[in-house]
Amino acid sequence: MTNSIAEIEDADCIFVIGSNTTVAHPLVAHRVYQAKAKGAKLIVADPRRIHMTLVADLYMQQKLGSDVALLNGMMSVILANNWHNKAFVEERTEGFDKLEELLKDYSPEKVSEICGVPPEDIVKAAELYARSERSTILYAMGITQHSHGVDNVKCLANLAMLTGQIGRPSTGVNPLRGQNNVQGACDMGGLPNVYPAYQPVIDEGVKKKFEDAWQAPLSQKVGYTIMEMMHGLEDGSVKGMVIMGENPVGSDPDTNHVRHALQSAEFLVVMDIFLTDTAELAHVALPGACFAEKDGTFSNTERNVLRVRKAVDPPGEAKPDWRIICDLSTRFGLPMSYGSPEEIFQEIAKVTPSYAGLSYERLEKGGIPWPCPSADHPGTPILHKDRFTRGKGLFHAIEYRPPDELVDAEYPFQLTTGRFFPHYHTGTMTRNSPTLDREMPEGYVELHPDDARELGLKNNDRAKIVSRRGEVVSKALLTDLVEKGTIFMSFHFMEANANVLTNPALDPICKIPELKVCAVRVEKLKEPEAAVAQE
Amino acid sequence: MDVKFVRTICPYCGCGCEMLLQVLDGKAIGTVPSKTNPMNQGKLCIKGWNVHEFVHSPKRLTSPMIRKDGKLREASWDEALEFTASRLREIKEAHGGDSLAFLTSAKCTNEENYLLQKFCRVGFGTNNIDHCARL
Repeated sequence: MTNSIAEIEDADCIFVIGSNTTVAHPLVAHRVYQAKAKGAKLIVADPRRIHMTLVADLYMQQKLGSDVALLNGMMSVILANNWHNKAFVEERTEGFDKLEELLKDYSPEKVSEICGVPPEDIVKAAELYARSERSTILYAMGITQHSHGVDNVKCLANLAMLTGQIGRPSTGVNPLRGQNNVQGACDMGGLPNVYPAYQPVIDEGVKKKFEDAWQAPLSQKVGYTIMEMMHGLEDGSVKGMVIMGENPVGSDPDTNHVRHALQSAEFLVVMDIFLTDTAELAHVALPGACFAEKDGTFSNTERNVLRVRKAVDPPGEAKPDWRIICDLSTRFGLPMSYGSPEEIFQEIAKVTPSYAGLSYERLEKGGIPWPCPSADHPGTPILHKDRFTRGKGLFHAIEYRPPDELVDAEYPFQLTTGRFFPHYHTGTMTRNSPTLDREMPEGYVELHPDDARELGLKNNDRAKIVSRRGEVVSKALLTDLVEKGTIFMSFHFMEANANVLTNPALDPICKIPELKVCAVRVEKLKEPEAAVAQE
Repeated sequence: MDVKFVRTICPYCGCGCEMLLQVLDGKAIGTVPSKTNPMNQGKLCIKGWNVHEFVHSPKRLTSPMIRKDGKLREASWDEALEFTASRLREIKEAHGGDSLAFLTSAKCTNEENYLLQKFCRVGFGTNNIDHCARL
């Protein structure tokens, strides 16, 4: 996030797009409601009629994967009405001419045909966002999990820069991170192209710096992303894999392909707290400690670095993952002798400029947002205040592209995915929590009542959903939360996992898969089949 | 009876709500939101309130396991780590460091993420490390 969560409360306009905030980030949703109570206007854009739409001042139900068109439409209205922030564009940005040229082709009328939102709503959204004093954008995986995910994010950045809604309190472009420490895993260099603090592996100087710090020769070649690893396992270029605390069989698109890839590994080792579907495929499974059983730090979606503290001992023989890595590395021939997480953190601060001023002692008082370059620096709740990271903010002129897989006669429905309120990701933790399991012991597929009628499906009937990659059986729930022609499923329930169906088509730049749109068909399960499925 | 409250952070979404885990005789038995924390201000969501429940689940993995005759069977740490280290060494020697790939974790701590990428980059001379940031 460019800004902090608490600031949302004082925004004058909040634009939520591609985020089911009440379900996935309830405490952020709370701030949105607080802002509403103080008089803020709320715009929600989502293909699914999520809970947040009930309190929205304006709801736009755009078609799946049409965000670029919708956002370009809003920006063309802003320019046509001179609602943009000319001083900000002049002083802080570059590339405006190209964007201006592109937006000529995105009149609200034309955009309306692509995204299905009435032109007058696009005008209203543009006016609310641009003309409010402090407007903030909240988005999540509904924006990013597309074959044009990077385009979507760049369009949001364009919108914020065009209107100068960034670099001030209660404004900004704010991705809501879905996992407790996905920010930290990225900050720590758990990515194939960067070392800690996003220092590029292809940079000679950076490589030299880490070679000195770690006293070892390093590779200057960008590594594989998850999806490329899976392909590598299948074509034999990757032979072995080490997985810590992840369940790609459940979370990655096209489950059957992922399972096949992992089964092709000559050697697979998985560290986890449960024997997940992924761990079951391993040659060696190692028992890790959960959050309550170890010390350390998490970095939340606001870039706040927070202390995690040990409350209980791990069960049986289980050990904290940091200890497992030390032991394994030492036996491998690379001795690691850290005595505690704090010792590791001290090394992190040395090689990670954005964490340089942080220590366990300072974090004892509460979280500190990076960048925090020195011990006397208070941290940075708001990014891009006086300048952008690269100097001037760069506008990108982006054309709309349709999703990778479109509906046809054989697969006439669009499937989109997300979370249900009591569950989380592949269900490893929530389905092993009795209270949460009782709330929702089994998943369902949401479909529109008109579609259900044509298919002969009633509530609680078993539906078979088929895509080009596989098929699953799930209980039907008739609801107008989804539009006609669209169905919704989660990936919490391994026995009926949407990811068996989802499309692994990738964004060309960041390699994110298009989990949010694919083509499927829906069938009513025949009686004998239904009986088997029931068992 | 030994009761304590341990101040820590919720392991679910990216909000980073602060909570107090209620511990009775070495078991986590309850979760209370931190009232003074500026992020969650005394509130938690349904997942946060019940976070202690999975900690002592009987389904937790409690022993290292090694696959023998197609089945995962319990093993000692010594055996599991020695076997893993030697297999990783063999693959690196036979096919080079780029033939190995690592997935680090959005659920583990910064310290653990840092160590695993260091192990991958120093131990194998490869940048084949990623995690589920995109998922």
